[in-house]
Amino acid sequence: MNSAIQVIPLEWYLLLSTVLFTIGVLGVLFRRNAIIIFMSIELMLNAVNLLLVAFSSFLSDSKGQVFVFFIMAVAAAEVAVGLAILMMVYRNTKSSDINTLNKLKW
Amino acid sequence: MKALILLSSLGVISLLAEIFSFKKLLYPLVLLGLTVAFVLNIGEWNTNVTYFKMMQFDNYAVAFTSLIIVVAFLWFLMAEGFFKDETNQTDHYSLVLFALVGAVLMVSYTNMTMLFLGIEILSIPMYILAGSKKGDIQSNEAAFKYLIMGAFATGFLLFGITLVYGSTGSFNLEEIKNAVSVPGTVPSIFYVGVLLMLVGMSFKVSAAPFHFWAPDVYQGAPTMITAFMATIVKTAAMAAFLRLFDDTFHRVEATWAHVLWIMTALTLLTGNITAVFQTTTKRMLAYSSVAHAGYMLLALLAANGYSSSSILFYTLAYSIGSIATFCIISIVANAKGDDGIHSFNGLAKTNPLLAGVMTIALLSLAGIPPTAGFFAKYFIFTSAFMAGNVGLVLIAILASLIGVYYYFRIIIAMYFKEKASEEEIQVDMNHKLLLIVVAFAIIALGLFPDAVIRLL
Repeated sequence: MNSAIQVIPLEWYLLLSTVLFTIGVLGVLFRRNAIIIFMSIELMLNAVNLLLVAFSSFLSDSKGQVFVFFIMAVAAAEVAVGLAILMMVYRNTKSSDINTLNKLKW
Repeated sequence: MKALILLSSLGVISLLAEIFSFKKLLYPLVLLGLTVAFVLNIGEWNTNVTYFKMMQFDNYAVAFTSLIIVVAFLWFLMAEGFFKDETNQTDHYSLVLFALVGAVLMVSYTNMTMLFLGIEILSIPMYILAGSKKGDIQSNEAAFKYLIMGAFATGFLLFGITLVYGSTGSFNLEEIKNAVSVPGTVPSIFYVGVLLMLVGMSFKVSAAPFHFWAPDVYQGAPTMITAFMATIVKTAAMAAFLRLFDDTFHRVEATWAHVLWIMTALTLLTGNITAVFQTTTKRMLAYSSVAHAGYMLLALLAANGYSSSSILFYTLAYSIGSIATFCIISIVANAKGDDGIHSFNGLAKTNPLLAGVMTIALLSLAGIPPTAGFFAKYFIFTSAFMAGNVGLVLIAILASLIGVYYYFRIIIAMYFKEKASEEEIQVDMNHKLLLIVVAFAIIALGLFPDAVIRLL
Protein backbone atom coordinates (compact mmCIF):
# COMPACT_ATOMS: atom_id res chain seq x y z
CA MET A 1 0.00 0.00 0.00
CA ASN A 2 2.66 2.43 1.03
CA SER A 3 4.62 1.97 -2.17
CA ALA A 4 1.54 2.80 -4.25
CA ILE A 5 1.18 6.12 -2.45
CA GLN A 6 4.89 6.81 -2.59
CA VAL A 7 5.08 6.47 -6.38
CA ILE A 8 4.17 10.14 -6.51
CA PRO A 9 6.58 12.50 -4.70
CA LEU A 10 5.35 14.21 -1.51
CA GLU A 11 5.57 17.68 -3.05
CA TRP A 12 2.80 16.80 -5.49
CA TYR A 13 0.48 15.78 -2.66
CA LEU A 14 1.29 19.03 -0.92
CA LEU A 15 0.53 20.99 -4.07
CA LEU A 16 -2.71 19.12 -4.80
CA SER A 17 -3.97 19.54 -1.23
CA THR A 18 -3.13 23.22 -1.20
CA VAL A 19 -4.97 23.75 -4.48
CA LEU A 20 -8.02 21.83 -3.24
CA PHE A 21 -7.95 23.73 0.05
CA THR A 22 -7.76 27.06 -1.78
CA ILE A 23 -10.69 26.11 -4.02
CA GLY A 24 -12.63 25.33 -0.85
CA VAL A 25 -11.71 28.67 0.75
CA LEU A 26 -12.68 30.60 -2.37
CA GLY A 27 -15.94 28.67 -2.56
CA VAL A 28 -16.85 29.64 1.01
CA LEU A 29 -15.97 33.26 0.36
CA PHE A 30 -17.65 33.77 -3.00
CA ARG A 31 -20.55 31.35 -3.46
CA ARG A 32 -23.98 32.55 -2.34
CA ASN A 33 -25.77 29.23 -2.02
CA ALA A 34 -25.65 27.68 1.42
CA ILE A 35 -25.42 24.09 0.14
CA ILE A 36 -22.43 24.96 -2.05
CA ILE A 37 -20.78 26.64 0.93
CA PHE A 38 -21.14 23.41 2.90
CA MET A 39 -19.63 21.50 0.00
CA SER A 40 -16.70 23.92 -0.10
CA ILE A 41 -16.08 23.40 3.60
CA GLU A 42 -16.10 19.64 3.02
CA LEU A 43 -13.58 20.18 0.24
CA MET A 44 -11.30 22.07 2.66
CA LEU A 45 -11.50 19.25 5.21
CA ASN A 46 -10.93 16.56 2.59
CA ALA A 47 -7.88 18.38 1.25
CA VAL A 48 -6.54 18.15 4.80
CA ASN A 49 -7.41 14.44 4.95
CA LEU A 50 -5.57 13.73 1.72
CA LEU A 51 -2.47 15.52 2.93
CA LEU A 52 -2.59 13.74 6.30
CA VAL A 53 -2.70 10.35 4.61
CA ALA A 54 0.20 11.28 2.33
CA PHE A 55 2.32 12.53 5.26
CA SER A 56 1.39 9.48 7.29
CA SER A 57 2.53 7.17 4.52
CA PHE A 58 5.78 9.01 3.86
CA LEU A 59 6.63 9.18 7.57
CA SER A 60 5.67 5.47 8.03
CA ASP A 61 3.57 6.55 10.98
CA SER A 62 -0.05 5.55 11.59
CA LYS A 63 -1.04 8.52 13.76
CA GLY A 64 -1.91 10.67 10.78
CA GLN A 65 -4.36 8.14 9.41
CA VAL A 66 -6.06 7.82 12.80
CA PHE A 67 -6.44 11.59 12.84
CA VAL A 68 -8.24 11.35 9.48
CA PHE A 69 -10.93 9.24 11.14
CA PHE A 70 -11.44 11.91 13.77
CA ILE A 71 -11.76 14.56 11.08
CA MET A 72 -14.26 12.46 9.13
CA ALA A 73 -16.40 11.81 12.21
CA VAL A 74 -16.39 15.46 13.24
CA ALA A 75 -17.11 16.62 9.69
CA ALA A 76 -20.11 14.31 9.55
CA ALA A 77 -21.41 15.73 12.85
CA GLU A 78 -20.84 19.25 11.62
CA VAL A 79 -22.70 18.66 8.37
CA ALA A 80 -25.59 17.03 10.24
CA VAL A 81 -25.93 20.12 12.41
CA GLY A 82 -25.35 22.41 9.45
CA LEU A 83 -28.07 20.86 7.34
CA ALA A 84 -30.47 20.99 10.30
CA ILE A 85 -29.74 24.70 10.71
CA LEU A 86 -30.22 25.17 6.97
CA MET A 87 -33.62 23.45 7.18
CA MET A 88 -34.56 25.81 9.99
CA VAL A 89 -33.49 28.81 7.90
CA TYR A 90 -35.36 27.47 4.88
CA ARG A 91 -38.58 27.11 6.87
CA ASN A 92 -38.41 30.78 7.82
CA THR A 93 -37.14 32.30 4.57
CA LYS A 94 -38.09 29.75 1.87
CA SER A 95 -34.65 30.12 0.32
CA SER A 96 -31.15 28.71 0.62
CA ASP A 97 -29.53 31.89 -0.69
CA ILE A 98 -27.39 33.40 2.08
CA ASN A 99 -28.24 36.94 0.90
CA THR A 100 -31.59 36.57 2.68
CA LEU A 101 -29.65 36.37 5.93
CA ASN A 102 -28.93 40.05 6.36
CA LYS A 103 -30.95 41.03 9.42
CA LEU A 104 -27.88 41.53 11.61
CA LYS A 105 -26.02 44.62 10.50
CA TRP A 106 -25.29 48.03 11.89
CA MET B 1 -10.13 14.31 34.78
CA LYS B 2 -12.77 13.40 37.39
CA ALA B 3 -14.54 16.65 36.62
CA LEU B 4 -14.46 15.81 32.93
CA ILE B 5 -16.00 12.37 33.47
CA LEU B 6 -18.62 13.79 35.80
CA LEU B 7 -19.60 16.50 33.32
CA SER B 8 -19.91 13.96 30.49
CA SER B 9 -22.07 11.69 32.67
CA LEU B 10 -24.26 14.63 33.62
CA GLY B 11 -24.74 15.35 29.92
CA VAL B 12 -25.85 11.77 29.27
CA ILE B 13 -28.11 11.79 32.34
CA SER B 14 -29.78 14.96 31.07
CA LEU B 15 -30.61 13.18 27.82
CA LEU B 16 -32.19 10.34 29.80
CA ALA B 17 -34.30 12.75 31.85
CA GLU B 18 -36.83 13.07 29.03
CA ILE B 19 -37.36 9.30 28.82
CA PHE B 20 -37.51 8.58 32.53
CA SER B 21 -39.38 11.85 33.22
CA PHE B 22 -37.37 13.44 35.98
CA LYS B 23 -37.16 16.74 34.13
CA LYS B 24 -38.13 18.71 37.24
CA LEU B 25 -35.19 17.31 39.18
CA LEU B 26 -32.68 18.06 36.46
CA TYR B 27 -31.95 21.67 37.35
CA PRO B 28 -30.95 21.02 40.99
CA LEU B 29 -29.13 17.87 39.82
CA VAL B 30 -26.99 19.85 37.38
CA LEU B 31 -26.17 22.48 40.01
CA LEU B 32 -25.22 19.74 42.47
CA GLY B 33 -23.15 18.00 39.78
CA LEU B 34 -21.24 21.19 39.02
CA THR B 35 -20.50 21.69 42.72
CA VAL B 36 -19.19 18.13 43.05
CA ALA B 37 -17.17 18.55 39.85
CA PHE B 38 -15.61 21.69 41.29
CA VAL B 39 -14.62 19.94 44.51
CA LEU B 40 -13.22 16.90 42.67
CA ASN B 41 -11.30 19.18 40.35
CA ILE B 42 -9.75 21.13 43.23
CA GLY B 43 -8.59 17.77 44.63
CA GLU B 44 -6.39 17.33 41.55
CA TRP B 45 -4.35 20.43 42.37
CA ASN B 46 -0.60 19.69 42.26
CA THR B 47 -1.15 16.07 41.15
CA ASN B 48 -0.07 16.75 37.55
CA VAL B 49 -1.41 13.48 36.10
CA THR B 50 -0.92 12.75 32.39
CA TYR B 51 -3.46 10.60 30.55
CA PHE B 52 -2.09 8.57 27.60
CA LYS B 53 0.04 11.56 26.53
CA MET B 54 -3.22 13.10 25.38
CA MET B 55 -4.20 15.27 28.32
CA GLN B 56 -2.38 16.61 31.31
CA PHE B 57 -4.07 17.97 34.41
CA ASP B 58 -1.31 20.28 35.53
CA ASN B 59 -2.09 23.29 37.69
CA TYR B 60 -2.77 25.37 34.61
CA ALA B 61 -5.50 22.96 33.48
CA VAL B 62 -6.95 22.59 36.99
CA ALA B 63 -7.08 26.36 37.51
CA PHE B 64 -8.83 27.01 34.20
CA THR B 65 -11.19 24.04 34.68
CA SER B 66 -12.20 25.40 38.08
CA LEU B 67 -12.75 28.82 36.54
CA ILE B 68 -14.93 27.31 33.81
CA ILE B 69 -16.99 25.31 36.33
CA VAL B 70 -17.50 28.33 38.60
CA VAL B 71 -18.62 30.50 35.69
CA ALA B 72 -20.86 27.69 34.43
CA PHE B 73 -22.47 27.48 37.88
CA LEU B 74 -23.17 31.22 37.88
CA TRP B 75 -24.41 30.91 34.29
CA PHE B 76 -26.88 28.17 35.25
CA LEU B 77 -28.19 30.32 38.12
CA MET B 78 -28.69 33.16 35.65
CA ALA B 79 -30.14 31.09 32.81
CA GLU B 80 -32.86 29.18 34.66
CA GLY B 81 -35.47 30.94 32.54
CA PHE B 82 -33.78 29.83 29.32
CA PHE B 83 -34.43 26.21 30.25
CA LYS B 84 -37.93 26.79 31.64
CA ASP B 85 -39.36 28.48 28.55
CA GLU B 86 -38.46 25.82 26.07
CA THR B 87 -40.26 22.63 25.12
CA ASN B 88 -37.12 20.55 24.61
CA GLN B 89 -35.32 21.65 27.75
CA THR B 90 -33.40 18.43 28.44
CA ASP B 91 -31.60 18.75 25.10
CA HIS B 92 -30.47 22.19 26.10
CA TYR B 93 -29.08 20.96 29.41
CA SER B 94 -27.10 18.22 27.71
CA LEU B 95 -25.83 20.52 24.95
CA VAL B 96 -24.55 23.01 27.50
CA LEU B 97 -22.93 20.24 29.55
CA PHE B 98 -21.25 18.73 26.49
CA ALA B 99 -19.99 22.19 25.55
CA LEU B 100 -18.42 22.34 29.03
CA VAL B 101 -16.73 18.99 28.36
CA GLY B 102 -15.21 20.50 25.22
CA ALA B 103 -14.05 23.52 27.20
CA VAL B 104 -12.30 21.30 29.77
CA LEU B 105 -10.58 19.36 26.97
CA MET B 106 -9.35 22.62 25.47
CA VAL B 107 -7.58 23.70 28.65
CA SER B 108 -5.96 20.34 29.37
CA TYR B 109 -4.78 18.93 26.02
CA THR B 110 -1.20 17.91 25.32
CA ASN B 111 -1.94 16.57 21.86
CA MET B 112 -3.28 18.26 18.74
CA THR B 113 -5.97 15.56 18.44
CA MET B 114 -7.41 16.61 21.78
CA LEU B 115 -7.21 20.27 20.84
CA PHE B 116 -9.20 19.59 17.67
CA LEU B 117 -11.76 17.38 19.42
CA GLY B 118 -12.11 19.85 22.29
CA ILE B 119 -12.76 22.75 19.94
CA GLU B 120 -15.36 20.74 18.01
CA ILE B 121 -17.08 19.34 21.11
CA LEU B 122 -17.37 22.91 22.36
CA SER B 123 -18.40 24.41 19.02
CA ILE B 124 -21.01 22.00 17.67
CA PRO B 125 -23.36 22.37 20.70
CA MET B 126 -22.83 26.12 20.50
CA TYR B 127 -23.99 26.19 16.86
CA ILE B 128 -27.21 24.48 17.90
CA LEU B 129 -27.71 26.64 20.99
CA ALA B 130 -27.14 29.85 19.02
CA GLY B 131 -30.08 28.84 16.83
CA SER B 132 -32.28 27.61 19.67
CA LYS B 133 -34.96 30.25 19.05
CA LYS B 134 -36.20 28.32 16.04
CA GLY B 135 -38.85 30.74 14.83
CA ASP B 136 -36.65 33.81 15.14
CA ILE B 137 -34.90 34.68 11.88
CA GLN B 138 -32.13 36.56 13.73
CA SER B 139 -31.32 33.51 15.81
CA ASN B 140 -31.29 31.38 12.62
CA GLU B 141 -28.91 33.78 10.98
CA ALA B 142 -26.62 33.78 14.02
CA ALA B 143 -26.51 29.97 14.07
CA PHE B 144 -25.81 29.77 10.36
CA LYS B 145 -23.03 32.37 10.42
CA TYR B 146 -21.49 30.80 13.50
CA LEU B 147 -21.49 27.37 11.88
CA ILE B 148 -19.98 28.53 8.59
CA MET B 149 -17.32 30.65 10.25
CA GLY B 150 -16.56 28.00 12.86
CA ALA B 151 -16.14 25.26 10.26
CA PHE B 152 -14.09 27.60 8.07
CA ALA B 153 -11.74 28.35 10.98
CA THR B 154 -11.51 24.65 11.81
CA GLY B 155 -10.38 24.05 8.22
CA PHE B 156 -7.48 26.48 8.68
CA LEU B 157 -6.60 25.00 12.05
CA LEU B 158 -6.58 21.47 10.61
CA PHE B 159 -4.45 22.44 7.64
CA GLY B 160 -2.02 24.00 10.11
CA ILE B 161 -2.01 20.88 12.30
CA THR B 162 -1.36 18.74 9.22
CA LEU B 163 1.60 20.79 8.10
CA VAL B 164 3.06 20.75 11.61
CA TYR B 165 2.55 16.98 11.69
CA GLY B 166 4.16 16.58 8.28
CA SER B 167 7.28 18.45 9.31
CA THR B 168 7.73 17.06 12.83
CA GLY B 169 6.06 13.63 12.58
CA SER B 170 4.01 14.05 15.71
CA PHE B 171 0.80 15.50 17.14
CA ASN B 172 2.22 15.53 20.66
CA LEU B 173 3.05 19.01 21.93
CA GLU B 174 6.15 17.90 23.81
CA GLU B 175 7.56 16.02 20.81
CA ILE B 176 6.83 18.93 18.47
CA LYS B 177 8.60 21.25 20.88
CA ASN B 178 11.67 19.01 20.90
CA ALA B 179 11.60 18.55 17.13
CA VAL B 180 11.86 22.28 16.50
CA SER B 181 14.44 22.97 19.19
CA VAL B 182 17.28 23.17 16.66
CA PRO B 183 16.61 26.05 14.26
CA GLY B 184 17.49 25.49 10.62
CA THR B 185 16.61 21.78 10.65
CA VAL B 186 12.85 22.41 10.46
CA PRO B 187 11.23 22.29 7.01
CA SER B 188 9.65 25.55 5.95
CA ILE B 189 6.13 24.06 5.86
CA PHE B 190 6.30 23.98 9.67
CA TYR B 191 6.25 27.77 9.79
CA VAL B 192 3.32 27.89 7.36
CA GLY B 193 1.55 25.41 9.63
CA VAL B 194 2.15 27.58 12.71
CA LEU B 195 0.74 30.63 10.93
CA LEU B 196 -2.33 28.72 9.72
CA MET B 197 -2.94 27.51 13.27
CA LEU B 198 -2.60 31.11 14.43
CA VAL B 199 -5.33 32.10 11.95
CA GLY B 200 -7.57 29.26 13.10
CA MET B 201 -7.18 30.10 16.78
CA SER B 202 -7.68 33.82 16.12
CA PHE B 203 -11.05 33.02 14.56
CA LYS B 204 -12.00 31.14 17.71
CA VAL B 205 -11.04 33.93 20.11
CA SER B 206 -12.50 36.52 17.69
CA ALA B 207 -9.33 38.56 17.19
CA ALA B 208 -9.30 41.14 14.38
CA PRO B 209 -9.20 40.79 11.37
CA PHE B 210 -11.03 37.49 11.99
CA HIS B 211 -13.63 38.94 14.34
CA PHE B 212 -16.41 39.83 11.87
CA TRP B 213 -18.61 36.86 12.81
CA ALA B 214 -18.65 37.75 16.52
CA PRO B 215 -20.97 40.82 16.54
CA ASP B 216 -23.61 39.14 14.35
CA VAL B 217 -23.55 35.92 16.32
CA TYR B 218 -23.58 37.65 19.70
CA GLN B 219 -26.49 39.86 18.69
CA GLY B 220 -28.62 37.17 17.06
CA ALA B 221 -28.18 34.36 19.58
CA PRO B 222 -30.46 34.19 22.65
CA THR B 223 -29.02 36.48 25.34
CA MET B 224 -28.18 33.61 27.69
CA ILE B 225 -26.21 31.84 24.96
CA THR B 226 -24.42 35.09 24.15
CA ALA B 227 -23.40 35.23 27.79
CA PHE B 228 -22.13 31.65 27.55
CA MET B 229 -20.11 32.46 24.44
CA ALA B 230 -18.67 35.63 25.93
CA THR B 231 -17.55 33.89 29.12
CA ILE B 232 -16.90 30.16 28.87
CA VAL B 233 -16.14 29.82 25.16
CA LYS B 234 -13.81 32.80 25.27
CA THR B 235 -12.00 31.50 28.36
CA ALA B 236 -11.50 28.05 26.88
CA ALA B 237 -10.34 29.36 23.50
CA MET B 238 -7.91 31.77 25.12
CA ALA B 239 -6.50 29.09 27.43
CA ALA B 240 -6.04 26.73 24.48
CA PHE B 241 -4.36 29.48 22.45
CA LEU B 242 -2.01 30.26 25.33
CA ARG B 243 -1.12 26.61 25.94
CA LEU B 244 -0.21 26.15 22.30
CA PHE B 245 1.72 29.32 21.54
CA ASP B 246 3.37 30.17 24.84
CA ASP B 247 4.75 26.71 25.33
CA THR B 248 4.98 24.58 22.20
CA PHE B 249 5.64 27.26 19.61
CA HIS B 250 7.61 29.51 21.94
CA ARG B 251 10.91 28.58 20.31
CA VAL B 252 9.72 29.71 16.90
CA GLU B 253 8.37 32.97 18.31
CA ALA B 254 10.01 34.92 15.49
CA THR B 255 7.54 33.35 13.05
CA TRP B 256 4.36 34.50 14.72
CA ALA B 257 5.24 37.31 17.13
CA HIS B 258 5.13 40.10 14.51
CA VAL B 259 1.87 38.84 13.01
CA LEU B 260 0.34 38.62 16.46
CA TRP B 261 1.62 42.11 17.32
CA ILE B 262 -0.29 43.62 14.42
CA MET B 263 -3.36 41.50 15.13
CA THR B 264 -3.39 42.56 18.79
CA ALA B 265 -3.18 46.24 17.88
CA LEU B 266 -5.94 45.83 15.28
CA THR B 267 -8.15 43.90 17.71
CA LEU B 268 -7.77 46.51 20.44
CA LEU B 269 -8.54 49.41 18.14
CA THR B 270 -11.35 47.96 15.97
CA GLY B 271 -13.08 46.39 18.98
CA ASN B 272 -13.12 49.54 21.05
CA ILE B 273 -13.72 52.07 18.28
CA THR B 274 -16.59 50.14 16.63
CA ALA B 275 -18.25 49.59 20.02
CA VAL B 276 -18.61 53.37 20.39
CA PHE B 277 -21.03 53.54 17.45
CA GLN B 278 -23.38 50.77 18.57
CA THR B 279 -26.93 51.51 19.70
CA THR B 280 -27.93 48.09 21.03
CA THR B 281 -26.27 46.91 24.21
CA LYS B 282 -25.78 43.32 23.04
CA ARG B 283 -23.91 44.35 19.91
CA MET B 284 -21.88 46.85 21.92
CA LEU B 285 -20.87 44.11 24.36
CA ALA B 286 -19.98 41.91 21.38
CA TYR B 287 -17.49 44.50 20.16
CA SER B 288 -16.30 45.00 23.71
CA SER B 289 -15.73 41.24 23.87
CA VAL B 290 -13.56 41.52 20.74
CA ALA B 291 -11.63 44.27 22.50
CA HIS B 292 -11.18 42.13 25.61
CA ALA B 293 -9.74 39.38 23.42
CA GLY B 294 -7.20 42.01 22.37
CA TYR B 295 -6.12 42.68 25.96
CA MET B 296 -5.70 38.96 26.55
CA LEU B 297 -3.62 38.61 23.37
CA LEU B 298 -1.34 41.25 24.86
CA ALA B 299 -0.42 38.85 27.65
CA LEU B 300 -0.17 35.96 25.20
CA LEU B 301 2.27 37.93 23.07
CA ALA B 302 4.36 38.71 26.14
CA ALA B 303 4.96 34.95 26.54
CA ASN B 304 6.71 35.24 29.90
CA GLY B 305 6.10 33.72 33.33
CA TYR B 306 3.32 36.18 34.07
CA SER B 307 1.18 35.37 31.01
CA SER B 308 -0.83 32.46 32.34
CA SER B 309 -1.60 33.97 35.74
CA SER B 310 -2.58 37.32 34.24
CA ILE B 311 -4.83 35.66 31.64
CA LEU B 312 -6.41 33.51 34.36
CA PHE B 313 -7.21 36.61 36.37
CA TYR B 314 -8.39 38.53 33.32
CA THR B 315 -10.75 35.79 32.15
CA LEU B 316 -12.15 35.48 35.67
CA ALA B 317 -12.73 39.22 36.02
CA TYR B 318 -14.15 39.51 32.52
CA SER B 319 -16.41 36.46 32.90
CA ILE B 320 -18.06 37.50 36.14
CA GLY B 321 -18.44 41.06 34.84
CA SER B 322 -20.11 39.70 31.71
CA ILE B 323 -22.41 37.40 33.67
CA ALA B 324 -23.71 40.42 35.61
CA THR B 325 -24.13 42.67 32.54
CA PHE B 326 -25.83 40.00 30.41
CA CYS B 327 -28.14 39.05 33.27
CA ILE B 328 -29.26 42.66 33.66
CA ILE B 329 -29.55 43.16 29.89
CA SER B 330 -31.79 40.13 29.58
CA ILE B 331 -33.99 41.32 32.49
CA VAL B 332 -34.28 44.84 31.07
CA ALA B 333 -34.77 43.66 27.48
CA ASN B 334 -37.51 41.25 28.57
CA ALA B 335 -39.32 44.03 30.42
CA LYS B 336 -38.94 46.75 27.77
CA GLY B 337 -38.93 44.52 24.69
CA ASP B 338 -35.76 46.11 23.35
CA ASP B 339 -32.09 45.94 24.25
CA GLY B 340 -31.16 49.41 22.99
CA ILE B 341 -29.23 51.71 25.31
CA HIS B 342 -32.37 53.91 25.67
CA SER B 343 -34.06 50.99 27.47
CA PHE B 344 -31.75 51.73 30.39
CA ASN B 345 -32.93 55.36 30.74
CA GLY B 346 -33.74 56.16 34.34
CA LEU B 347 -33.15 52.64 35.57
CA ALA B 348 -31.46 53.99 38.72
CA LYS B 349 -34.77 55.51 39.89
CA THR B 350 -36.98 52.49 39.25
CA ASN B 351 -34.53 49.66 40.04
CA PRO B 352 -31.59 50.94 42.09
CA LEU B 353 -30.25 47.40 42.63
CA LEU B 354 -30.03 46.61 38.91
CA ALA B 355 -28.47 49.98 38.17
CA GLY B 356 -25.97 49.60 41.02
CA VAL B 357 -24.78 46.14 40.01
CA MET B 358 -24.68 47.15 36.34
CA THR B 359 -22.49 50.12 37.28
CA ILE B 360 -20.07 47.94 39.25
CA ALA B 361 -19.89 45.39 36.42
CA LEU B 362 -19.36 48.04 33.74
CA LEU B 363 -16.70 49.78 35.83
CA SER B 364 -14.98 46.42 36.11
CA LEU B 365 -15.15 45.85 32.34
CA ALA B 366 -13.81 49.36 31.78
CA GLY B 367 -10.97 48.69 34.23
CA ILE B 368 -11.56 51.30 36.93
CA PRO B 369 -10.39 50.69 40.53
CA PRO B 370 -11.35 49.25 42.98
CA THR B 371 -13.00 46.60 40.78
CA ALA B 372 -11.51 43.34 39.54
CA GLY B 373 -11.19 44.69 36.00
CA PHE B 374 -8.62 47.26 37.08
CA PHE B 375 -6.17 44.69 38.42
CA ALA B 376 -6.89 42.40 35.48
CA LYS B 377 -5.74 45.12 33.09
CA TYR B 378 -2.91 46.10 35.42
CA PHE B 379 -1.44 42.56 35.44
CA ILE B 380 -1.85 42.23 31.67
CA PHE B 381 -0.11 45.55 31.03
CA THR B 382 2.67 44.70 33.48
CA SER B 383 3.34 41.38 31.81
CA ALA B 384 3.39 43.02 28.36
CA PHE B 385 5.59 45.83 29.65
CA MET B 386 8.14 43.38 31.08
CA ALA B 387 8.30 41.64 27.72
CA GLY B 388 9.21 44.99 26.17
CA ASN B 389 6.04 45.61 24.19
CA VAL B 390 5.86 49.25 25.24
CA GLY B 391 4.25 50.46 22.00
CA LEU B 392 1.49 47.90 22.29
CA VAL B 393 0.85 48.82 25.93
CA LEU B 394 0.41 52.44 24.88
CA ILE B 395 -2.12 51.40 22.21
CA ALA B 396 -3.91 49.27 24.80
CA ILE B 397 -4.13 52.18 27.26
CA LEU B 398 -5.51 54.43 24.53
CA ALA B 399 -8.01 51.74 23.56
CA SER B 400 -9.16 51.29 27.15
CA LEU B 401 -9.77 55.04 27.39
CA ILE B 402 -12.12 54.71 24.42
CA GLY B 403 -13.64 51.74 26.26
CA VAL B 404 -14.45 53.91 29.27
CA TYR B 405 -16.50 56.19 26.99
CA TYR B 406 -18.91 53.57 25.72
CA TYR B 407 -19.32 51.80 29.05
CA PHE B 408 -20.21 55.14 30.62
CA ARG B 409 -22.92 55.71 28.02
CA ILE B 410 -24.99 53.02 29.74
CA ILE B 411 -24.16 54.36 33.22
CA ILE B 412 -25.17 57.90 32.15
CA ALA B 413 -28.39 56.57 30.63
CA MET B 414 -29.21 54.82 33.90
CA TYR B 415 -28.52 57.74 36.24
CA PHE B 416 -29.03 60.98 34.34
CA LYS B 417 -31.54 60.34 31.53
CA GLU B 418 -35.28 60.89 32.06
CA LYS B 419 -37.09 57.63 32.63
CA ALA B 420 -39.64 56.52 30.06
CA SER B 421 -42.03 54.89 32.54
CA GLU B 422 -42.50 54.80 36.30
CA GLU B 423 -42.89 51.04 36.40
CA GLU B 424 -40.42 49.06 38.40
CA ILE B 425 -39.06 46.02 36.57
CA GLN B 426 -39.86 42.82 38.46
CA VAL B 427 -36.76 40.77 39.24
CA ASP B 428 -36.74 37.19 40.52
CA MET B 429 -35.36 36.59 43.99
CA ASN B 430 -32.59 34.25 42.77
CA HIS B 431 -31.52 36.76 40.12
CA LYS B 432 -31.28 39.44 42.79
CA LEU B 433 -29.21 37.12 44.93
CA LEU B 434 -26.95 36.20 42.01
CA LEU B 435 -26.39 39.84 41.10
CA ILE B 436 -25.50 40.76 44.69
CA VAL B 437 -23.06 37.85 44.96
CA VAL B 438 -21.43 38.74 41.62
CA ALA B 439 -21.13 42.40 42.60
CA PHE B 440 -19.42 41.40 45.85
CA ALA B 441 -17.13 39.04 43.95
CA ILE B 442 -16.09 41.83 41.57
CA ILE B 443 -15.25 44.14 44.47
CA ALA B 444 -13.56 41.37 46.48
CA LEU B 445 -11.35 40.38 43.55
CA GLY B 446 -10.46 44.03 43.10
CA LEU B 447 -9.45 44.35 46.75
CA PHE B 448 -7.65 41.00 47.10
CA PRO B 449 -6.32 40.08 43.65
CA ASP B 450 -3.44 38.11 45.19
CA ALA B 451 -5.74 35.21 46.02
CA VAL B 452 -6.04 34.34 42.33
CA ILE B 453 -2.92 35.82 40.79
CA ARG B 454 -0.56 33.72 42.94
CA LEU B 455 -2.17 30.44 41.84
CA LEU B 456 -0.16 29.97 38.67
